[in-house]
Amino acid sequence: MGRAQLADVSLVEQARGRRLKYNLRAYTMVFALLAIWLALAVATQGTFLEPRNLSNLFRQTAINGYLAIGMVFVITAGHIDLSVGAVAGLTGAIAAMLQVQWLPALGAQLGVAWLQPGWPSTIISIVVAMIVGVAIGIWQGVWVAYGQVPAFIVTLGGLLIFRGSILGITKGINIGPMNPTFQGFGQAYLSSAAGIALAVAAVALIILYTVVSRRNKLKYDFPVRPLWAEAVLTTLYSGLAVGFVIIMHRYRGVPVPVVLLIVIATLFSFIFSRTQLGRYTCAIGGNLEAARLSGLNVRRVMVQIFALMGILGAMAGIVLTARLNAATANAGNQFEMNAIASCVIGGTSLQGGAGSIPGALLGALVMASIDNGLSMLNVQAFWQQIIKGLILMVAVLMDVKSR
Amino acid sequence: MQEGSDAILDIRNVTKDFPGTRALDDVSMEVREGEIHGLCGENGAGKSTLMKILSGTHPHGTYEGQVFFGGEPARFAGIRDSEARGIRIIHQELALVKQMTVAENIFLGAEPAKCGIVDQMRLYSDTRELLSRSGLNVPGAALVGTLGVGQQQMVEIAKALRGHVRLLILDEPTSALNDSEVESLMHTLRELRNAGVTCIYISHKLRELFDIADRITVLRDGRCIGTKPTADVTEDEIIAMMVGRAPTGRFPPKTRTAGNVMFSVRDWTVRNPENKDLCAVRNVSFDVSAGEILGISGLMGSGRTELLQSLFGEYGFQPSGEIEIDGKKCKIGSSRDAIALGMGLVTEDRKNTGLILMHSVTHNMTLPSLPNLSNGPVIDTSSELASTSELVKELNIKAPSVESRVETLSGGNQQKVSIAKWLMTSPRILMLDEPTRGIDVGTKYQVYELMDRLAASGMAIIMASSDLPEILGMSDRILVMHEGTMAGIVESEEANPERIMSLAAMGA
Repeated sequence: MGRAQLADVSLVEQARGRRLKYNLRAYTMVFALLAIWLALAVATQGTFLEPRNLSNLFRQTAINGYLAIGMVFVITAGHIDLSVGAVAGLTGAIAAMLQVQWLPALGAQLGVAWLQPGWPSTIISIVVAMIVGVAIGIWQGVWVAYGQVPAFIVTLGGLLIFRGSILGITKGINIGPMNPTFQGFGQAYLSSAAGIALAVAAVALIILYTVVSRRNKLKYDFPVRPLWAEAVLTTLYSGLAVGFVIIMHRYRGVPVPVVLLIVIATLFSFIFSRTQLGRYTCAIGGNLEAARLSGLNVRRVMVQIFALMGILGAMAGIVLTARLNAATANAGNQFEMNAIASCVIGGTSLQGGAGSIPGALLGALVMASIDNGLSMLNVQAFWQQIIKGLILMVAVLMDVKSR
Repeated sequence: MQEGSDAILDIRNVTKDFPGTRALDDVSMEVREGEIHGLCGENGAGKSTLMKILSGTHPHGTYEGQVFFGGEPARFAGIRDSEARGIRIIHQELALVKQMTVAENIFLGAEPAKCGIVDQMRLYSDTRELLSRSGLNVPGAALVGTLGVGQQQMVEIAKALRGHVRLLILDEPTSALNDSEVESLMHTLRELRNAGVTCIYISHKLRELFDIADRITVLRDGRCIGTKPTADVTEDEIIAMMVGRAPTGRFPPKTRTAGNVMFSVRDWTVRNPENKDLCAVRNVSFDVSAGEILGISGLMGSGRTELLQSLFGEYGFQPSGEIEIDGKKCKIGSSRDAIALGMGLVTEDRKNTGLILMHSVTHNMTLPSLPNLSNGPVIDTSSELASTSELVKELNIKAPSVESRVETLSGGNQQKVSIAKWLMTSPRILMLDEPTRGIDVGTKYQVYELMDRLAASGMAIIMASSDLPEILGMSDRILVMHEGTMAGIVESEEANPERIMSLAAMGA
């Protein structure tokens, strides 16, 4: 008995060591980001951390963020999607064409006025872009899951197909301007009242989450943090949320694309960690054979994952087109690379089986910070690419060595 | 090499320890120049360890005792040393590049070349010469992937014969071959013997050994039991040498009683998806009752695993035959169907097909039963934790927490998790493939107790195992497989090691 207890104690201690190591990895990311910010703040004499720039920084992160969230699912399942940039470009181009040419032309033909630029046309173009995104996702998912063609090839083909389609639709010219209501999705800011509401909602969610998870842990006799630690953490997270909203409001308010990012990140984190789809995504990437023998419909899950990626690609396309106030033939070029890099920097394993949405967002923020900070320093664009490439490799090197 | 000058290989008092186990215990044997020497024994008898010592995979100094080859002490530091002395091993799994031609495979790593440019003419003419010298009938320019498994085996042999060869070791060479392919392999080996190549032929198929070997050595539990000239010994004597011991007191008392027939299989035939001419399972029929444990015995490659996996809807090309559950005909096209019908399969290889090592105990245990633990698509994590914790307690799984990754648990506890995973689906028919492979004795006993308890509660249990004492100790009836067919079903009262082993090694 005494020996058995001893063995258990050492097991628990091993686990504690391992968890510390895991947390260290997560904290390393946060510290790396803070270090980069600090360095850039010093180099720009503080301009980098001014509300105006931070607002820009988060806006720049948003579009890559949507794609990185979807990419976490795809990579965790053991696949890759090279077409997300092209999907964003194509769905954006479709939304633009609908507003600028197709819907007005249809309206003129039918003799109705409400298809001219306005809220109905904005909503229709968004809905159609999303549907096209989902359809593309399902199409690629079916090729991967049922056709057994490697995702690398399917989405490389997709990249070419969708890039070609963009050129075909837009004839290579910029399509614009967008409806003012549509532009808001890329350019608007939350009013003070809405900002306060957002902060309150965030704090409420944080407190609710803490209380519920603590109650559940107690119910099943799991170890919980001491109350004071719980209180400190809740205050810290709430403080971060409120502080974020305040800083944003010292410029123009929380940018709408960032609000969308927060909402999507929360929703998809929930899907990733708390639904069957999320669990199956990890299982398929972790051990395909074991997943199949456990009765999972592996193929259907794959199609669902690509469909999610499609929705998020369309989101990125809509916000990008709204921000640029036009669809261009090059829109979304190389976004796939940034999305994949963000995931990998954020600790999602290319071997599959494990991923992190908060990590991917941190990764997206790191990438955007480099772009933003180096531009402020007037460093030539080629350096930005070189430095981002090196950071990607160093992040993975650290990950490999810490295993 | 002092006496017995016709011995090409002389192994003296070799002992090899692994942490926790002694794989070879004072083994001595000798192989004569120019003979085909059969080597047999149960799984874990030490055959492969011995061969790894001969090939240098376990280098000199990691074992005790001495090995003489060709009269000189053999102190191999690695495979290159043993190959330089003329020893070649052909492993059970073929190691060929299917996209390359026969000639390219044979000379892989030793291409006739000048300044790095391969001399194609010499490559193919050397290959032709090598193939004809060894009596192998395969075209040198054919892609290996287009050849049958039997011909691929020949290519492996040709590759092994490249250069100076004195001793050829074949490890279970016929496990993937059909009858005519086995026949032509035997023919080739006899030709090689005539050409002066010595051969060690490892197999547990006694008919093949008696067909081809000049002498047979039996290993058991890491010891050499003896070497007999094939002409002076019967198959039964070899079986008695392989089996030896009787099972004792390692199994819990039986508390179960068999009820009505729950699961019946009729004329079950499954083709090998890799080689569609080959039946992995042929015309197998059996019944299992509620409260009964049916053991499935058979040698490696006899189709045990394929039988279970195909019944679970996850193996084979166009399985045919009938499955009935509670007298109702069922069609099982995938593991989903099987699970819906109340079946569970604990796979033989928990690391590769059973568990997701990097995931937690909870996530592994609930994977097949998430639909029952969810409200719509959202997992009810509270009830997930509750049911996991309950089973962890019930099966006495030792883990720091249910959130620990399974890779951090011991083999025995991992096995308990992979059983618990299926218990969570409340199966009525539980199939276990090698339920105690690689786990310690104490945990084994717990697994046996659990199986008895589950059967006593009315579950029908099918257990495939290569461990003969386990089969004899746990089964109510034993289905013995031989090369994909059913060699017989033996009641536990009439079962003894010799009976099972002779059915397994020689068929009905």
